[in-house]
Amino acid sequence: MDWFKIGSAILIGAMIIFLLPRAKQMVKHSPKAKEGDWQALLIPIGLVVLFVIFLIMSVR
Amino acid sequence: MAFNQPAVSRSAESVLATNKVLRNTYSLLSMTLLFSALMAAVSMYVETGPGTYLLSVGGAFLLIWLVLPRTANSSAGIGVVFAITGLLGFSLGPILSQYLALPNGAQLIMTALGGTGVIFLGLSGYALTTKRDFSFLGGMLFVGLLVILFAALGNIFFAIPALSLAISAAVILLFSGFILYDTSRIINGGETNYIMATVALYLDIFNIFIHLLNLLGALSGDD
Repeated sequence: MDWFKIGSAILIGAMIIFLLPRAKQMVKHSPKAKEGDWQALLIPIGLVVLFVIFLIMSVR
Repeated sequence: MAFNQPAVSRSAESVLATNKVLRNTYSLLSMTLLFSALMAAVSMYVETGPGTYLLSVGGAFLLIWLVLPRTANSSAGIGVVFAITGLLGFSLGPILSQYLALPNGAQLIMTALGGTGVIFLGLSGYALTTKRDFSFLGGMLFVGLLVILFAALGNIFFAIPALSLAISAAVILLFSGFILYDTSRIINGGETNYIMATVALYLDIFNIFIHLLNLLGALSGDD
């Protein structure tokens, strides 16, 4: 295994250690979604998916 | 009517403060993106090795974790933001050089750049015009980020190309969600520090660009 892989693993491991407490806190304290919130999220995310597919088709 | 005035004035003040944070965030973001592009060009010009990516990203994250929280409320924070975005821009040099060596490399880079711009402007514009509160996404986005990091950690050792593509697709979707979340936090007063807001939005754009480039590079049918 080369040093680049080891370095990448250390960096990602550090990110996980740093983010874990923040993620726990966010899960505990995030407000619940209200009516229509999920729909308001899925429409733009769906458009992003279609746009990325379009970009992939354009470079093929 | 008179007793309504304090509430109205408070609300007007809050709108003014939000607009100021938004204006400062987008101004600083555009400057850091230009600086980042300049640093990427420098990194390509001096032909840095593949280790540059790791060292620059590591340095940038050390600044984000250890220095930024202490300087975000002072003018020194602006210098730290430029250092972070400069390092992240510099880290792109070896990756961009690798893509430019491909026959359609320049087209791939420009498509990823333009695509990232459209995704960012579209999602940010959507969050700004609807003024919807996307704070409910917080927990899900951070858990999603952890899942992706674990998958990326595993893929360092297993090196499965399909998993790498799945990770890139997931990162694009996840950071699209983060753009909505971060922009809505500024609009709804959850983020009042434009330095922190700039770094958050910059990381969204940076991650989408890198992973869109990876996805386009792998699926362009040109090795």
